[in-house]
Amino acid sequence: MTPLLDVKNLRVTFPTRQGEFEAVRGVSFTLGKERLGIVGESGSGKSMTGRAILRLIRPPGRVEADKMELHGRDLLSMSEKEMQGVRGQKISMVMQDPKFSLNPVMTIADQIMEIYRFHTGAGKKAAWAKAIEMLEAVSIRDPERVMRSYPHEMSGGMGQRIMIAMMLVTEPEILIADEPTSALDVSVQTQVLSIIDRLVRERGMGLIFISHDLKLVSSFCDRVLIMYAGRVVEVCEADKLDQATHPYTRGLLGSLPDIREPKDRLEVLKRDETWRIAESVSGRT
Amino acid sequence: MSHIHIENLNVWFGDGADRVDAVKNATFDVPSGASFGLVGESGSGKSTILRAMMGLAPTWSGTIQVGDFKLGKKRPKEFYKDVQMVFQDPYASLHPRHSVDQVLGETLSLHGFKDIDNRIMKLLDDVGLGPAFRFRYPHQLSGGQRQRVAIARALAPEPSVILLDEPTSALDVSVQAEVLNLLSDLREEHKLTYLMVSHNLAVVAHMCDATAVMQNGEIVEVMTVEDMRAMNPKHPYTKHLLDSSFGYNPNAAQSA
Repeated sequence: MTPLLDVKNLRVTFPTRQGEFEAVRGVSFTLGKERLGIVGESGSGKSMTGRAILRLIRPPGRVEADKMELHGRDLLSMSEKEMQGVRGQKISMVMQDPKFSLNPVMTIADQIMEIYRFHTGAGKKAAWAKAIEMLEAVSIRDPERVMRSYPHEMSGGMGQRIMIAMMLVTEPEILIADEPTSALDVSVQTQVLSIIDRLVRERGMGLIFISHDLKLVSSFCDRVLIMYAGRVVEVCEADKLDQATHPYTRGLLGSLPDIREPKDRLEVLKRDETWRIAESVSGRT
Repeated sequence: MSHIHIENLNVWFGDGADRVDAVKNATFDVPSGASFGLVGESGSGKSTILRAMMGLAPTWSGTIQVGDFKLGKKRPKEFYKDVQMVFQDPYASLHPRHSVDQVLGETLSLHGFKDIDNRIMKLLDDVGLGPAFRFRYPHQLSGGQRQRVAIARALAPEPSVILLDEPTSALDVSVQAEVLNLLSDLREEHKLTYLMVSHNLAVVAHMCDATAVMQNGEIVEVMTVEDMRAMNPKHPYTKHLLDSSFGYNPNAAQSA
């Protein structure tokens, strides 16, 4: 079976005054109809990996890979025009904070309909109906009223659900969610996750879930890539994350406070230079 | 003996029709040398309690007593020496054009200390930053190092109470562990009383002896850490928070 997305030896490089800086160094993975988690600390390259897939890295940053294919179509050799047909249509991305990703001067209706009409060429009436249907799918009450509202009238949780509705209106095959719930309160977080979970399952999509929260990823995803300094240091089944073997993963798990297992002191992560140098582990199946 | 005594605290913003009651009838006590947590979601009023104590939210009623100080409209200078606050975002709470030396030196001289030079060295040592950090600017520090500077600044006037407003929520988990360990050590060493706001129950359970759970400006439950470990909440909202702290649970999501 060909995977939805096949990435081999992905590298993201930025030139700096001190020479080239590699933010992502040789990351390989495949994505099927599954929920793939990418975890790591800030600066580990997890968000850069997500952005590189959509070729959202601006020059002078460079994206290189031996292979980056969506259904066997090479993403790297596509023209900017062809990429527009991929972004939002085949692969969508939900970012961390709805406050910064929704357009503050457009109504919700205009924003959702714009995406839908751009990618499908549908008429106004059909787009309106589709947008209402999507808002209902993300459990928004009174979608007619929400459609006429502006983003500042929405709460954080509603904003994020609107983002998800907007990203899924074109029925993409892959959703990249970059810390989609980090800006939300825990109870809203559960609600947003269950909506993502349901939609991904019902529509048979592939999900790349980028997060710094180990517990969340291990309980939500099927498979997890653990990134450190631009490399994947370990790949494991999400529900077996507590049996992870790499010292970095173990260190991260140990530094988490646990309600049920009190410790006098939290473990402090001792970083090892060899983690940085070691080859990236492949997440290809 | 309780070091912090808060009774029927109300805090509101705005007047008339625009009035928002941010904190309603909050009552709790923190014993001397203890660590007390305030948890709840955004907008539940947990930070507002800290701000009312510090005088940053002037419209309040009720009783706030910290040590010997019963707080009114005007507060004595000694109060501002005895109670210090550490804010959430170390990127926003340090002056970008002041070096670590200036930040600590200014605080020390404002509070009338004489041997500033030695004290700065001692403070940096206390928070685990060597003398090499003394003349750095905030942009030359990592998030964890900045939060250490913010903690050093709070320690400078030799307070007995430190109010911690989400001290680690902007940090990575490995750095969070270092900062929490540092806070535990400092509490023991300097006999400090902590009042800590957090949305992370695991952090509060690690740091605090007792916790007040807040929802919509009200304290719905005060629970001890033993109750929390035994997963023994009385209020349904506390149960919901506890459940959510273990990651994603599809069953919980359906019932919510």
